[in-house]
Amino acid sequence: MCVNTTDPGFLVLLQDRYAGFVTGSEHAEIEFDVDLVSPGFADPDAAVRVTHRLGRWSLQRGDFRAEWDPASRRGWIRQTANPYSIDAVLRIVHSLVLARQGGFLLHSASAIRNGKAFLFAGVSGAGKTTISRLAPPDATLLTDEISYVRKEEAGYVAFGTPFTGELAKLGENVSAPIAALYLLAKGPENRIESVSPGEAVRSLLANVLFFAEDEVMVQSEFHSAFEFVSRVPVSRLTFVPDARVWELIG
Amino acid sequence: MSKLYLARNPRVAARSLDGEMMIMSGRDSTLFTLNKTATILWQAADGATPLDEIVESRICAAFDVEPSRALQDAETLARELATHEILQVSEEPIVPQTSPAGDAR
Repeated sequence: MCVNTTDPGFLVLLQDRYAGFVTGSEHAEIEFDVDLVSPGFADPDAAVRVTHRLGRWSLQRGDFRAEWDPASRRGWIRQTANPYSIDAVLRIVHSLVLARQGGFLLHSASAIRNGKAFLFAGVSGAGKTTISRLAPPDATLLTDEISYVRKEEAGYVAFGTPFTGELAKLGENVSAPIAALYLLAKGPENRIESVSPGEAVRSLLANVLFFAEDEVMVQSEFHSAFEFVSRVPVSRLTFVPDARVWELIG
Repeated sequence: MSKLYLARNPRVAARSLDGEMMIMSGRDSTLFTLNKTATILWQAADGATPLDEIVESRICAAFDVEPSRALQDAETLARELATHEILQVSEEPIVPQTSPAGDAR
């Protein structure tokens, strides 16, 4: 993804925020021009809306407006000079791109161990940041907040993301095949339990980041969740805040 | 009493997994898991078979229930599913519509 800005200060801000994920490649699949505006241009309390009309995606929230045309692969973002607005736009656009390919962004921490990726899903407070903090040195953290799940021919692959949670630490820009998805729960002991396929699908869908008000995309996302559950083991991981939980993983 | 016809709303996504029927609203992404009776109504909702026939052939055959009570409960359930835009309910046969992203599996 290529982001164009004429503001040197904003460019430095982006380079710092996405360090490790910035390259000099000129072959971006998506290109955005950022139009920086003065504060107060829009309703700061307006909720996010993502709509599809005449082949173009319109993204808006109180702090930004954006459009993206998948056909031309170009778009624009109008926002103030802050990192949070463009972060939200990038998450939304990535969720749309992934959805078209059978993948998704997932509210989950993820890490690579022994060449395999493990996802730890849960809402705020479920323990994504905690389990990321407890990761042993041989685990490579992909994210403590939002996992990037791509469907490839051989299966599902998790990629590192610069989208951080409470840990405020960027993931590593690497990837690995997904070996398991764990649904996080805190409890008195560390244990892994099986869940029914129905519960797996419900929990997965509850944690998928999806913003689009678009029936075709919603249906696609729904079926992608079933496909994922049919190919990736999903279990409940109950843990105490203790590094020994990682003895169960990998 | 007039006949009632049911049809699946083509604007939802539906999948059955391990005997559980799950439906997602295409409008607002709400996820529903149907109970056994609702699943029977969903599966039989072809727009052409009247509800009383569905109740007699599928619900009364599966559950130990008095037919008139079963029909009353089924109508209440069908209308509730219609409020969630899962089913379409009409006093006339319903012509099937095309799903925007392929039919339910």
